[in-house]
Amino acid sequence: MTNLTNEFVLARLQEQFGSAIITSETPYDLLTVEVAVDKAHEIIAWLKQDDATKISFLTLLGATHYPDSQGRELAISYLLHSLVNNFRLRLKSFIPIAEPTIASITDIYVGANWQERETYDFFGVQFTGHPNLTRILNEDSMDYFPLRKEYHLEDATREDKDDRYFGR
Amino acid sequence: MSDTYTKKPESLFSNETIDGEISTLNLGPTHPATHGIFQNVLTVDGEKILGSVQTIGYIHRAFEKLAERRPYNQITPITDRLNYCSSPINNMGWEMTVEKLIGVEIPKRAQYMRVIIMELSRIADHLVCNSVIGVDTGALTGFTYMFQQREAIYDIFEEVCGARLTTNIGRIGGFERDFSPRFHEKLETFLKEFPKHFEEFDSLLLRNRIFMDRTIGAGPMSAERALDYGFTGPNLRATGVDYDVRVMNPYSSYQDFDFIVPVGTQGDTYDRFCVRQEEVRQSLSIIRQALDKMPEGSYFAENLPEFYLPRKDDVYTKMEALIYHFKIVMGETPIPAGEVYHSVEGGNGEVGYQLISDGGRTPYRLQFRRPSFIYYQAYPEMITGQTISDAVLTMSSMNVIAGELDA
Repeated sequence: MTNLTNEFVLARLQEQFGSAIITSETPYDLLTVEVAVDKAHEIIAWLKQDDATKISFLTLLGATHYPDSQGRELAISYLLHSLVNNFRLRLKSFIPIAEPTIASITDIYVGANWQERETYDFFGVQFTGHPNLTRILNEDSMDYFPLRKEYHLEDATREDKDDRYFGR
Repeated sequence: MSDTYTKKPESLFSNETIDGEISTLNLGPTHPATHGIFQNVLTVDGEKILGSVQTIGYIHRAFEKLAERRPYNQITPITDRLNYCSSPINNMGWEMTVEKLIGVEIPKRAQYMRVIIMELSRIADHLVCNSVIGVDTGALTGFTYMFQQREAIYDIFEEVCGARLTTNIGRIGGFERDFSPRFHEKLETFLKEFPKHFEEFDSLLLRNRIFMDRTIGAGPMSAERALDYGFTGPNLRATGVDYDVRVMNPYSSYQDFDFIVPVGTQGDTYDRFCVRQEEVRQSLSIIRQALDKMPEGSYFAENLPEFYLPRKDDVYTKMEALIYHFKIVMGETPIPAGEVYHSVEGGNGEVGYQLISDGGRTPYRLQFRRPSFIYYQAYPEMITGQTISDAVLTMSSMNVIAGELDA
């Protein structure tokens, strides 16, 4: 088993995709790379067939909502894994909430199908090219995306519970 | 890639027909054979399945949203209710995620204790799954015997944490109390009695002609397809891929133990059964090793007063303990901002926790990697062309747990 290093994979990505690799960090030793939205699909497809890294397993796909960052409110993250080299890589792309579209990766990983549906269900991310982008856990008639931060868990009009004392 | 799943549901249906009369059959949502609440609308031609459309979400409880408003130690009970057949693994996976975020190493003894509990719950999980495969082939006897053994495991959990099914076992930083003499007594009895019953159960099914005829070739999966779908755990190993989180990324001192990772070849119901049977034996061996090698030391991390609840008598007599108790209960604990992913080998695959903290009292975002959710989408592909009775077997052998599926 060869062991990949964060530096090697990052260098390889930068060499291949140049300016599409925007930033990178390694929180808790897990290489996290921000990639351009329009290149995310291409990078994931390339990684899957790249023999030097063999990053060909999709572990987790999800989104996070950052309401305060203008124009990049939704972060889509892909956690990929190279089972051969035991190396994990997290790719992120930020998209504006006004136009939340990103290419679907269901043509690369079949397993992304439900995960993308779930992300659509909870964050309203439109995955272009997805075969059946409908709600999956919530009921179909719902007209909002509940994991976005503007939806409070409790009644937002309550005054007796102050967030400073009782949590977010 | 094969386009089985990317086309519209109608085109999933194969063109083969037996007598040309196509009918629709609802398997579920509450069907005794589905062992949980999920619906499959099958299109059948006689007994043969031509296609299936799944509906899930019947017991969705919005755990990811709930977690955004709960202090870290209050999230452990949520994880109970993901895969409720092996709650302790989920609990401890979560605790380890938070420990990783804080950057604390818990004592070796506590890690070994965790291994014992996690392997016990793996046994319980596999027992349920395998004995239910037996039930679905018409062999109820093994099921009743194995449920007695699962009962014994739950008795052991009860000794540790007071609960049986939804355990909320352990704490961030270790355990709330050391294993009691009664625990050791029960565990020793279990380790002595269980193998006899288990091997008897094994002998009832493993080379049973009827069982083999029913399960071999039912719901097959190729390794390539399984990886594409994101299979993990026994379902992936049954296809021949030896991916086990315990070996690949050891946590909680799994590197100290000697065990093998069983793999299958066909990825069918029989292979999944066999893989789980062997894993039970390996788990027993791990528990034995952990008991024999149990190091001296504390059962919790003593350098973690901000997260680990102090002893109750200290709370009443010492000011510091009282302050920490108050802070923990009110969720006023400082936590570093960061993004962390941690995964453990759950009963049915890689259970992962993707946690984003902004330094606040609750997670900013917590996402669970639920193995059932990811591999259950392969179900239509696995049962197309099979019979209805095979579809039932395939579902029980995949060990789809409704709680985990719907989060």
